[in-house]
Amino acid sequence: MMTIRWPLALLFAVLLLLPLGLQDYLLHMAIQILIWGFVYTGWSVMGRFGQVSLGHGAFLGVGAYTTALLWNNFGLVPWIGIPIGVAFAVLLALVIGYPCFRLKVVGHYFALVTLALSQVVLLSIVAARDITGGSLGMTPNSVGQSSWLALQFTSKMHWYFVALAVWAFGLWVWVKVDRGMGRAAMEAVSEDETAAAAVGINVTREKLRVTVISAAMTAFGGALFGQYQMYLNPETLSGIGVSLQIVFAAIAGGMYSLLGPTVGALLTIALTEGLRIGFGTTLIGAANTIYGILLILFIIFMPRGITGFFGAWTKRRAATAAATT
Amino acid sequence: MLQLAGVSAGYGSFQALFDVSLDVGAGEAVGVIGPNGAGKTTLMRVISGMLPVRAGRIDLEGRALAGMPAHRVIGEGIAHVPENRRLFPGLTVEENLRMGAYIPSARQHVRERLEWVYELFPRLKERRDQIAGTLSGGEQQMCAIGRALMSKPKILLMDEPSAGLAPLVVQQVFGLVRRIREEGFTVLIVEQNVQQVLEVVDRAYLLEVGRIRLSGSAEELKNNDFVRQAYMGI
Ligand SMILES: Nc1ncnc2c1ncn2[C@@H]1O[C@H](COP(=O)(O)OP(=O)(O)O)[C@@H](O)[C@H]1O
Ligand SMILES: [Mg+2]
Repeated sequence: MMTIRWPLALLFAVLLLLPLGLQDYLLHMAIQILIWGFVYTGWSVMGRFGQVSLGHGAFLGVGAYTTALLWNNFGLVPWIGIPIGVAFAVLLALVIGYPCFRLKVVGHYFALVTLALSQVVLLSIVAARDITGGSLGMTPNSVGQSSWLALQFTSKMHWYFVALAVWAFGLWVWVKVDRGMGRAAMEAVSEDETAAAAVGINVTREKLRVTVISAAMTAFGGALFGQYQMYLNPETLSGIGVSLQIVFAAIAGGMYSLLGPTVGALLTIALTEGLRIGFGTTLIGAANTIYGILLILFIIFMPRGITGFFGAWTKRRAATAAATT
Repeated sequence: MLQLAGVSAGYGSFQALFDVSLDVGAGEAVGVIGPNGAGKTTLMRVISGMLPVRAGRIDLEGRALAGMPAHRVIGEGIAHVPENRRLFPGLTVEENLRMGAYIPSARQHVRERLEWVYELFPRLKERRDQIAGTLSGGEQQMCAIGRALMSKPKILLMDEPSAGLAPLVVQQVFGLVRRIREEGFTVLIVEQNVQQVLEVVDRAYLLEVGRIRLSGSAEELKNNDFVRQAYMGI
C-alpha cells in the first residue's frame, strides 16, 4: 500500500503544478489525456475481469448527446444534464447486460452484442438529425463566458483542473473496485462462471455491477468531452471507431494497473497528434487502422499492456538484484 | 433430508429429466449411477439451482428449493462439487478454498474452516500457495471438495469425482469420499464408476435416459443381474 501511495502523491503534486508551465496547446493535450484517461479507466473496470465490451462508444454518445440536447433544447444545465445522461447510459447497460448475463452470452458473443450496440447508437444519432445535427454534429449553445453553472470555461486552465478532478475520481473508483469484496467475486466469475455460481456468487448481479459502473463513467467522460470541445460529432462520440480506440488504449496501457488506462490515453493522444502533424489530413482515418494493428501486436506480445510489462520487468530486475547481493 | 418429487427439467425443447423422485436421509450417502447422457449432471444442476425445475418439488429439511437461484441454494446448505471440478484455475489453492466461503454466513468463519479443511486434507495445506490449475487431477478434486466444504454444507453434491482420473487416483478420490462420510456429512454422489461407488454409498438409484429405472441398497444393486451385466460388465 505504501509503495503505491508515495509515487501517486508525487504524481498528483506534479499534476497540480503542471499547468503553470504549459502553453495552451500542451494544456489542451493534457486535458484530453485526463478526460480520455478517465473514460479508459471506466472501460477497464469491467475489461479487467474479462468482460470485453467493444461498444463503449454507445455510453459515450448517450452521455454527451443527452447533456448537450437537454442544454440546447430545455436549458437544463449540465449539472442536471450529466446525471440524466449517466442515468440513460446505466439504463442502456442494464437493458443490454441483464439479458446477456442471464442467457450466458459471454466472451466473443458478448463483444459482438456490444459492438452492435455502439453502431445502433451512432445510427440513431445520425437518424435523429433534426435535433442532433446528424453526421454534421452539433454545438452546445455557448454562454460566451466562463460559467460554472453552464460548465463552460474560456480558460484552458479551468478545464485542466476540472478534468484533473474527474480523472482522480476515476482512479478512486478503480481502487474501490480493486479493493472491494466484489473483486474476488468478479475474478472468480472471469475464471469460471459455473464455478462461481457453484460457490454462491450471484454471477448476473456481479457482472451487472461492474458494467453499470463502467457505463456510468464512460457516459460522464463523454459528456465532459462534449462540454470541453463545445462540439459533438457522432463519429467521435459513438460508433465502432471510438469504441475500438477505447479498447485499444485500455489494453495497450494496461488494464490491470491503476495508471494503465491513463498511459493508454497518453499513447492514443500522442498517436493522433503525431499523425495529424506529420501527415495532415491525408491520413485521416488511418488512426483506426493503426490502432487495429497495434492492438493485435499488444495482445500477442504485451497482453498486460505497457504498465503491466514494465511492472513485471522492474519486479524481475529487483528480484535478480536481490538474488545477486 | 433432501427430497425430490416428480422433478422434470431440460434444455430448451429437450427434456432431460422425467418425473424423478428420490430422497436422501441425514447422514446417508446416496449414489446416482447411469450411463453417459442419462441426465446425472442435469439432476445435480437442478438441485443446486443452476438449472430451473420445470415440474416437481425439491425440499431440503422441508424447505422448498425449487425456483431458488443458485447463489441462494448454497446458503440453504447445499454445496455442489461440479462436474470436471471447475476450480478457479488461475487462483491459488487457498484462494480457491476462500472462495468456497463466499456466502455471507460462511465469510466470518473462513479461518477456522480453512484450518479444518487443511486438517482433513493436509495435502492441500502443503500446496496452499500453488496455482490450482497446476495441481494433479487428484489434488484438484481434493481442492474442489475442500472448496465445497468451506461453506459447511448440510449436504454435499458430487458430480463424477472420479471422471478422467487414473485408476490409482480414482481409489484415492473414493478414499476422500469415505473420509467425508466418516465426518458425518450427507452425500449425494453421481458416478459412472458403478463398482467403486457402490462400495462407498448406502443406497443408489439407477438413472437411464432421464428416468429412475431402479433403486435399492448398495448390496441389492451390486447383486442385481441387470446392473451387473449392463454396468459392471460381469
Ligand atoms: N447445456 C445443454 N444444452 C442442451 N442439452 C444438454 C445440455 N447439457 C446436457 N444436455 C443433454 O441432456 C442430456 C443429459 O445430459 P447430462 O445431464 O450431462 O448427462 P450425464 O451427466 O448423465 O452424462 C444429454 O442428452 C445431453 O446431451
Ligand atoms: Mg455428467
